[in-house]
This record gives sequence, C-alpha cells and structure tokens, in this order.
Amino acid sequence: MVQAIKRIMELNQLQRSFLEYTAALFREGFLDSQFSQLYQLQDESNPEFVVEVVSLFFEDSERLINDLSRALDQTIVDFRKIDAHVHQLKGSSSSIGAQRVKNSCVSFRNFCEAQNIEECSKCLQQVKQEYLLIKNKLEALFQLEKQIVAAGGAINMVEWML
Amino acid sequence: MEACNCIEPQWPADELLMKYQYISDFFIALAYFSIPLELIYFVKKSAVFPYRWVLVQFGAFIVLCGATHLINLWTFTTHSRTVAVVMTTAKILTAVVSCATALMLVHIIPDLLSVKTRELFLKNKAAELDREMGLIRTQEETGRHVRMLTHEIRSTLDRHTILKTTLVELGRTLSLEECALWMPTRTGLELQLSYTLHHQNPVGFTVPIQLPMINQVFSTNRAVKISPSSPVARLRPSGKYMPGEVVAVRVPLLHLSNFQINDWPELSTKRYALMVLMLPSDSARQWHVHELELVEVVADQVAVALSHAAILEESMRARDLLMQQNVALDLARREAETAVRARNDFLAVMNHEMRTPMHAIIALSSLLQETELTPEQRLMVETILKSSNLLAALINDVLDLSKLEDGSLQLDMGTFNLHALFREALNLIKPIASVKKLSITLSLSSDLPEYAIGDEKRLMQVLLNVVGNAVKFSKEGSISISAFVAKSEYLRDPRAPEFFPIPSDNHFYLRIQVKDTGLGINPQDIPKLFTKFAQSQPLTTKNSSGGGLGLAICKRFVNLMEGQIWIESEGLGKGSTAIFIVKLGFPGHSNESRLPFVPKVPGNHMPTNFSGLKVVVMDDNSVGRMVTKGLLMHLGCDVLAVGSADECVRVVTPEHKVVFLDASVPGADTYEVAVRLHEKFSKRLDRPFIVALTGNTDRMVKENCSRVGMDGVVLKPISVDKMRSVLSELLEHGFLVESQ
Repeated sequence: MVQAIKRIMELNQLQRSFLEYTAALFREGFLDSQFSQLYQLQDESNPEFVVEVVSLFFEDSERLINDLSRALDQTIVDFRKIDAHVHQLKGSSSSIGAQRVKNSCVSFRNFCEAQNIEECSKCLQQVKQEYLLIKNKLEALFQLEKQIVAAGGAINMVEWML
Repeated sequence: MEACNCIEPQWPADELLMKYQYISDFFIALAYFSIPLELIYFVKKSAVFPYRWVLVQFGAFIVLCGATHLINLWTFTTHSRTVAVVMTTAKILTAVVSCATALMLVHIIPDLLSVKTRELFLKNKAAELDREMGLIRTQEETGRHVRMLTHEIRSTLDRHTILKTTLVELGRTLSLEECALWMPTRTGLELQLSYTLHHQNPVGFTVPIQLPMINQVFSTNRAVKISPSSPVARLRPSGKYMPGEVVAVRVPLLHLSNFQINDWPELSTKRYALMVLMLPSDSARQWHVHELELVEVVADQVAVALSHAAILEESMRARDLLMQQNVALDLARREAETAVRARNDFLAVMNHEMRTPMHAIIALSSLLQETELTPEQRLMVETILKSSNLLAALINDVLDLSKLEDGSLQLDMGTFNLHALFREALNLIKPIASVKKLSITLSLSSDLPEYAIGDEKRLMQVLLNVVGNAVKFSKEGSISISAFVAKSEYLRDPRAPEFFPIPSDNHFYLRIQVKDTGLGINPQDIPKLFTKFAQSQPLTTKNSSGGGLGLAICKRFVNLMEGQIWIESEGLGKGSTAIFIVKLGFPGHSNESRLPFVPKVPGNHMPTNFSGLKVVVMDDNSVGRMVTKGLLMHLGCDVLAVGSADECVRVVTPEHKVVFLDASVPGADTYEVAVRLHEKFSKRLDRPFIVALTGNTDRMVKENCSRVGMDGVVLKPISVDKMRSVLSELLEHGFLVESQ
C-alpha cells in the first residue's frame, strides 16, 4: 500500500516536471502550437508518431545543415541551392513546430537573397545553434516521457496545451 | 366512744341498701376503668382517629369518675379522715376534668358530625366519577368503532363494497337487527331499497321521496328517530313483538363537481340516500346519544368514500373512452395511410402509364415533322404535336397538383442564376409574343442578386405560366415584366393581410410584376382565378386552354416558396397585372476568385469518418510529408505519400479521391502536377480533387491555382479540424470555399 502511494507520488512528480518543462519550451518560444498538433495525431494506430516525426526531423536537419556548411564552404557559393536547402529546413521545422529554428531559417533566407556570405555564415551558425538546442530539449522531453510511461502513467498533452 | 379521727356517715347504714350501693359502686368503678382501656385499645387499632387529646381528657375523666366511685366504697363504713380527704380530692379533680371535657365536647361534637357529612359527600362524588368514567369509556369505544368503520369503509374504492361494508360494520358495532340503505332513483322522485344487512336480495321496494318524514330526515345532518311503522322502516314482517327503535340518517351523495366541503349545507339540489337502522326488537334498548353520533359520523364518511368511488369510476370511464378513441383514431390513420399509399401507387403507375404513350406520340410526331410532308400534312402534324404537348403538360399538372395537395411536394432548392432565369423565360415567350405582335419588356432592378437559392424549375414554371397567361389573353399591346427585391413597404398587400414576410440576412423576397394590356378580368371573378378548374373566361379564343389548373398550381408553388400571388385588374378590357412575391435565399458572399460559389450550408453534419478514403499527398519535404500523412491517417484516410511531381502523376489512379499538393510556394512543380493530372484524367468523374497546401494564399497564388484547374487552396498550418472540414466540403460540394 505504501509502495503504491509512493509510486503514484513519483508519477505525479514526473508528470508535473514534464508539463512544466513543456510549458517552459512553449513560453520561451522553442515550440509552437504545431508541436501540440502532432500529439493530436498520435493514437492507437500510430502510437509513436511524435517520436518518429521528430527523429525524422533530426535526421533531415542534420543532413541539411551539413549540406549547407559544405555549400557555404565552396569557393563559388550557389545561393540558389542554399536557398533551396534553407527552404527545406524551414519547411521541416515549421511542420514540427520548432519555432526558433524556423525563424532563424527565415532570416537566413533573407540574407540568401541578399547574397551576403558573411551574414549567411552567421545565420548558419545560429540555425545550428537553435537546432542543437531544440534537439537537446526534445530529447530530454522524450526521456521524461519514457520515464512516465515506465512508471505507469500516460501523457495527455492535447488537453492542456490547446 | 373512742376519740377517733374518723368521720361518721350521716345516715346509719342500712344493711341491704348499703350492700347494693356497695356492689353498684364497685361495678361502676369497674366499668369506668375498663372504658378507657377499650378506647385505648380501639384507637390504637385504628390509624386515623384525629382527636387523641380529647380521648386523653375523656379517659382521665372516666378514670377519675371510676376512682371516685371506688373510693366511695370505703365511705360506707366508718372511714378515716385520710380516706375522706382522698375522696374529696378525687371528687374535685373529677369535677374539674369533667367540666373541661364538657367544654371541649362543645367544640368537638359538631366537627365529628361534619365528618360524617363529608364522608357522605365523598361517596356521592365517587359515584359520580364512576358514572363519568363509564361515559368516557363508552365514548372511547364509540370512537374506536368509528375509526374502525371508517377504515373499513375507506379501504375500498368499490361503491358496492363500501355500502355493504358500512351496513355490516354498523350492524356489528351497534348490534342492530336490521340496517338498510335507500338510494334515490335516477328520476330523483323515489327512494329505492338498495342494500340491506340481512336480506340477501333486496326486492326493489320503492318509496316516494316526498314523504314528510323523509324530508325531515333530509333537512338535518343529525340522526333522527323515526317511527317503526313508517314505510322505510317496514323491512321485517311485522310480528307480535315490539319493534325496536328506528333511526334514520341522510347520506349526501356528491356529484362529481361538488367537491367544495364548504358548500355542503348550501346546495339545495343535493341528492341524499337514506340509511335506516333498527335496534333489535324486544330488547328494550334505547338509542344512546353516542350511538347516534356514531351513526352521523359514519354517514359522513360513507359520503366521502362514495365520492371517491365515483371519481374513480368516472376516471376509468374516461380512460376507457380515451382508449376507444385512440383505437378508432389509429384505425382511421391506418386507413388514411393506406388510402394515401394507394393513391400514390396509382399516381406512380398512372404517371408512367400516361406519360409513356404521350412521349411516344410527341416523339413520333416530332420525327414526323422532320420528314417530307405536304403543307396540309404539316399542319396536321403540328396540331397533333401541340395538342399532345398540352396534354402532357396537363398530365404533369394533375400529378403535380395532387402531390401539392397532400403536402408531399418539396422544393428542389439549389443555387441558380436569377438573371439567366428571366432571360430564358423571355426567350421562350418572345416568339409567341412576336407572332401576336406583342412587345415584351423585361426590367430587372439593380439590386437583384445574380444568384439565388431556390427551386429554379418551379420558379420558372410559375413565371412562364403567368407570362404565358398575359400573352394568351392579350390581343395587342405590350407586356412588361419587372422584378425587384421587395422592401418591407411593398411586401404588405391589402389583399393578403395575413402575409407578414420578414426579410433577413439569409433571405430576400423577390417581387415580380407582369403587366399586360389585354382583356382584363372582371373584379368579381378574380377570387375564382386561383381555384382549380374554374374557368372565368368565355371561350373567345381557340387557345383558351386555361385548363384551370395553371394558376392553382402557381399559387401552390408560390405558397411553398413562402410567398403570395395575386392578380389585379380594373375591369374587362383594361388589362391586368399579375404580381407574385417569393422567398429566395442569398447565396454565399461573393469572393474575388473564380472558384465557384457554394451556398452556406450548416456544417454540423460534417462526416468525421473518412475511413478508407484514398488520397495522395505530394510533398518534397520529408518531415512535412510525414506530418501531413499522419494527419490524414488520423482522420482515417488511406494515404499514399510521394515526394515528387513525377511520382505523383504516376501513382494517382481513379480510386484516389483527393490529391494534396504541398508547396510552401507553389512552384512550377505544383502547377505542373495539376495540369498533368487534368490531362491524365480527362473525365471529370475519374479525376480526384486537387488541393494545394501552401503557406501563402494571396491573390496571385489563388488565381494561378484556379487557372490550372485546382479545386481548392488551403493555408498552412493545417489543424486536424481544418483538414476535416476541407475533406467534408470537398466530398459534399465538390469544391472548396475560401478557407483561411
């Protein structure tokens, strides 16, 4: 009996941390409502949807960032290609609601149009930074989620997020 | 003599006398000594003697008297001085005590006497209390009887049982010989013996109700003693014995409407029953007051119980009646339904049966017209054609009208081009009008909307009918048709005072006026115009095929469209004006793009389950593709996701219902896909809906999408609800309203 109560308290604690963490992410602008939409799409037929999408995003983004680095390192910079890549990255990040990444992509594109290499490099750094940040945070979030699920709880983001 | 200090008695002692005196004194002393002893003994025995002091006094008195007499014994002979002294002392003491006692007794004896009277008084009181106790007990008994009787009486709602129980219980409680109830007959003129205690089947004795004795009983609510020889009391064969006392009491019979207890004494038209109670004969019993009271109370209770029973009977009767009526109504309804079904079947059959030959005639006549014919033949064929067209129209009218009659006709609401409707009508009528050299003018007001929601076919029918009539009945001159949106001042017509149209944001009232310079109508005939089969016109022309149904049908249609139609005319030869107003809906608000309108239909019935709906998603961004695919899968669709235009065009099959093309800026690819899909699926039915998902929906984008034949544009980000409504709209209307 005591054990059960202890477990429930731990679970509550975990869930509270999860919610607070997520709330902080929203507050600080790392994520927007699109991210909570993803949770709406997760159901019995698709139980790991969010994780899968986010993993895909990570893969995609890393690939794109590498491509961007390489492209900017070229002697002759192909701005159109860079624009295309950034466009892709912008698309992906907005699909999962990674707001800051998306915003940095937007400014990147502006400088792309202006064909300003220094600014583009700076933007790339920023994009990288934002990406790493969001990656860490999302990974931590998923860790918490795993812990909660292991402790017997469930996440119901949709209700309070929307 | 010796000098002794003795006292000599005065008289010489007589021996005998002295002896007797001696003995008497002795006995007196004895008695005197024993009396106090007895007193003490008996007083000790009794506990309540209040006068002990008196006793002591009395005892002392007696003892002293005894002592005196005892001492006297010594004085018969010579006695010493001491004895004399003692004697004297005793005598003195005795004198004192006895005087005191005598004085005391003066006070005490009245008291003692009054004790006696008090005792008597108390005895009387006790007797009285006993009597009263007896009375109370009797009353309590009575009360118990009443309660029991009431309980018995009220425990049933059956009239017969109530009355029987009353008689039985009363008979038992009061040990009656006979108990009977006389009820008033229907006419109210006689009392009929209805229930008796001991007769099993009361023979229907009747007694006229107007006997003085009966009136006397009815006039008071108390039980009244009546003579055993009165007609109501002659229930037993009169024998030699003395009949017991008889009492009669009235029992009010309440009508259903007399429920006000306060009214009881006032109503003079009340009906009463008579309850007659007979004590056993030869018993010398008398009716006691409490028994009479019992009888009165019971009579009241019976009245109440009877009224309850009456209510119950009434309600049961009403319920039975209702049930009967229900059954009858049900039967009538089923019969009516059968009739309607039969009629409909008949109509359906006739519809087909009548139309088939008509069509044959019309078709063949038209064909015949196309062949080589002589002018005479041509004329004949044209006449045949015209007549059969008319007949076909008439058949349609009849069928329509009968559907209209029973309200089963419903309007086919849809969006249509209002301006086009008028133009078409005009085009149809122009040829006929020009043959008759009539000029037709059409004026549409500027605020008339281009599109409207309503039953296009029937509105056209009404318009044609009205205009056709105008043309038909005009030999020369002009016909003017004007249409405008009716404002409230124009909506009210004195001829139709019950018409209260209320325009709103969703609806408007279209007013159409058709004025002709024709034959006019006699004002008296105007009301008949709209009735079926009434022909007001003399058959002056060959084409007076008014048939009589046309206007009636028009009126029905106009009424269905929540409008009014009427005709004004100043008289024969002065032309006439037909005016009708119908209610039409506004279409959805206009938008700049060329995407077609869609009427604002309430969207509560959106299907939420698109299970199995095959769709294709094209997105070159893998993450976005996955998200859109997940979204559509969540809604139940069967999703095929592709990443390029080529792949998209390749995989789309007629099974797919929607193709979502995602591009943040619709580039050449997206438009190209649309064009190629149009090429691939030339038949509209095979081609899926094509919807662009884009982050930018400005005018340019929309126009481009429209140009390449897309069915809609949706702005990203798309929520689940938005996607749901997009799919619903596509599937319901086939195109997409602007979605933001």
